[in-house]
Amino acid sequence: MQIPRDESDVADALKAATAPIRITGGGTRPIGNPVEGDALSTEGLSGITLYEPGALTIVAKAGTPVGEIEAALRAENQRLPFEPMDHRALLGTEGAPTIGGVVAANVSGPRRIQAGACRDSLIGVRFVDGVGTVLKNGGRVMKNVTGYDLVKLMAGSYGTLGVLTEVSFKVLPTTAATGTVLIDGLDVGTAVQAMSTALGSPYEVTGAAHGPLGPDGAALTMIRIEGFESSVTYRGGELQRALSHLGGDLSFETDPEVGAELWSTVRNASVFQGTDEDVWRLSVKPTDAPKVAEALDDARLLFDWGGGLIWAGVAPGTYLWSALAGIDGHATLVRAAADIRKALGAFHPEPAPVAALSEGLRRKFDPRGILNPGLMG
Amino acid sequence: MDMPAPNPEILAKKSRIVSRLQDVLPKDAVIHEETETRAYECDALTAYKCPPLCAVLPSNTEEVSAVLKICHEEGVPVVPRGSGTSLAGGALPTADSVILGVARLNDVLEADYENRVIRVQSGRTNLSVSGAVEHEDFFYAPDPSSQLACAIAGNIAMNSGGAHCLKYGVTTNNLLGVTMVLMDGTVIELGGAHLDAPGYDLLGLICGSEGQLGVVTEATLRILRKPEGARPVLMGFNSAEVAGACVADIIKAGVLPVAIEYMDRLCIEVTDKFSGAGYPDCEALLIVEVEGSEEEIDEQLGVILQIARKHEPVELRESKSPEESAKIWLGRKSAFGAIGQINDYMCLDGTIPVSSLPHVLRRIGEMSEEYGLQVGNVFHAGDGNMHPLILFDANKPGDLETCEAFGAEILKLCVEVGGCLTGEHGVGIEKRDLMTAQFSGEDMEAQMQVKDVFDPAWLLNPAKVFPLQATEARRAQPARAA
Repeated sequence: MQIPRDESDVADALKAATAPIRITGGGTRPIGNPVEGDALSTEGLSGITLYEPGALTIVAKAGTPVGEIEAALRAENQRLPFEPMDHRALLGTEGAPTIGGVVAANVSGPRRIQAGACRDSLIGVRFVDGVGTVLKNGGRVMKNVTGYDLVKLMAGSYGTLGVLTEVSFKVLPTTAATGTVLIDGLDVGTAVQAMSTALGSPYEVTGAAHGPLGPDGAALTMIRIEGFESSVTYRGGELQRALSHLGGDLSFETDPEVGAELWSTVRNASVFQGTDEDVWRLSVKPTDAPKVAEALDDARLLFDWGGGLIWAGVAPGTYLWSALAGIDGHATLVRAAADIRKALGAFHPEPAPVAALSEGLRRKFDPRGILNPGLMG
Repeated sequence: MDMPAPNPEILAKKSRIVSRLQDVLPKDAVIHEETETRAYECDALTAYKCPPLCAVLPSNTEEVSAVLKICHEEGVPVVPRGSGTSLAGGALPTADSVILGVARLNDVLEADYENRVIRVQSGRTNLSVSGAVEHEDFFYAPDPSSQLACAIAGNIAMNSGGAHCLKYGVTTNNLLGVTMVLMDGTVIELGGAHLDAPGYDLLGLICGSEGQLGVVTEATLRILRKPEGARPVLMGFNSAEVAGACVADIIKAGVLPVAIEYMDRLCIEVTDKFSGAGYPDCEALLIVEVEGSEEEIDEQLGVILQIARKHEPVELRESKSPEESAKIWLGRKSAFGAIGQINDYMCLDGTIPVSSLPHVLRRIGEMSEEYGLQVGNVFHAGDGNMHPLILFDANKPGDLETCEAFGAEILKLCVEVGGCLTGEHGVGIEKRDLMTAQFSGEDMEAQMQVKDVFDPAWLLNPAKVFPLQATEARRAQPARAA
């Protein structure tokens, strides 16, 4: 494995490369079609290069552990707004997730419905393209429309367009208090209705999930609000009133530790930890979630983003998307044995004209086809 | 500001191009008489004008596709146009180009409150998107100053922001999907009512690409429930430094206002006189707005006022009624109009790290002396997006050039301190030649090769964004015969 120490090392390694390269950060998110090739790790590119709490901005090298960034932010009562998922429980991996990996996979969490995804907080990137050219786009300011937005393009491109070397984020203050409205025993249809009502209220919901999250895997619907303590109490009360007609047992959890534990289960999809199911990640219109549940009645399902994000645990080798004809959206096979991912394709195929654009971009940024070839299909 | 010389071959076949366009569009949707094409000779950057070869006003995606297919076959440049409110010359035509206006694409296709999205045709104005969902207490968050007139298509092309984007983000953060027509007429769909699109983030890539990658005909936008209430507080300070320090302290304290707006003395005086807003006599004025229920607003403003008092403000005025709130905002919202009444001006749009605010304001003051032109400063302080307004006299020979040179110096300063040339207006023609201050040749090449993928013949809005010299070889491809 090559472990370059700085950006120019990365450039040299890519210039010299003659065969496909498998790019890794902390190696905790082996998502996508299996890639053959020598590994190049960004772990040697580590450290926070700039942090200005008063400007809500942090810049770090791509191999910086997420934990280090979160600790630095916590010390100033700030955080990454998009609450990135930790894939280790779901994928059974070890090691330290890196911030570059978060960007490469555009990893977000429950707060995505209110604060946006990783790509929405990402304001700048530096990367090395497939021929070893060092490129930059965006910067360290949160409003920037100068030239094309390659920052968004790099987020979620899984290292197929370049090797990220440095990333910049807009961060936000943490909130003083958190409360979660819990509703026991709703079916999927009613749960989605509850979540839609909450998300369509003026109470600034920052998390809306449903699934086997209660004791012994009982169905539980969770709606989170954050802010000043009195405001959380007020909005918690209003939300319970607004949702009471839907049935189910309502309660309001304000213990920070209990709340954090519950939301970490949602964020990390850890209800699938250690099982032998394949796990798919579906992105749909929230009100289509009940249709998905009906079509996949054998699957174990966890709903986040008000129903718009669905984690589905199915028997190994199931081609889930064919069961969902007529539903807009897409699916990614996040966890499965390498041969199954290879056979089914981890990413949803794109319509021909869009696939042609993607392929065109790939050829421009990586003309020799050496960066994680085939990972995204 | 140079534009490429028109291609004589295209000028020579105007009648054929017009007749082919008339074949696929209603008669009144092709504008080709010289008296009429003049209406499309410029956008809000009025210093530069050139009537197009012709203008077309299609009414649906199929017509847009048919138009682009013809222009592609004929090798004719196409300049997409929203409502023509660009301050950067984004919709400035050349004499050999077809203006593709989206003004007739203005329907709401679907408002879906359960999924909190609206699907509209792209010519619809920004404010009328909110207007369409207002009766259900929803709104569309990005709020550029021109929101009464500007089209969603232009918002997407320029990735427009607004005063409230500190909390709600800019266009790209509120755009979920588009129907877009590529230069060869191919219609593609990106994203939709679901939150994440598969594959590369092409939606993020086309947002802010200044109409150079495709023509957006329909857009799926995120709509939000209106907050229970909002209330501003006005603060006056005796120096820019103190106001800047106050902004940083507010942000660090963990309160996130929806807007933090800044005005300097010149803007305070001019807007106050224009609007009768009753602003205090001071060097720097902040308007800070928070949202929530009455109690939540009280609590947040309590924290903010406590911070402000530590900075010894000359005035602290908390709104006590909707009328007082409107009055506080009145001057700020009429700033550009007010300045326009007293003088010609050029509005800049650089962004800087918030921490550099006092330094940059001081330097702008010094440069103002050097160039002999007055500057007013009004900007979104929470996110460092500045709008220096340079006053000049359009009738005085050389004044526009001096003003442009001064503006360029300010923008270079923004880049120097770690910021950028444009925060929400776009590059257009206005900042095209300054791109080299922010990007290396390789950085620009990487962007231009994205255009190569979407529009290999460089026909869509070709003379914008990048320095002309850098794009010359790509644009020089000969016009093709049908």
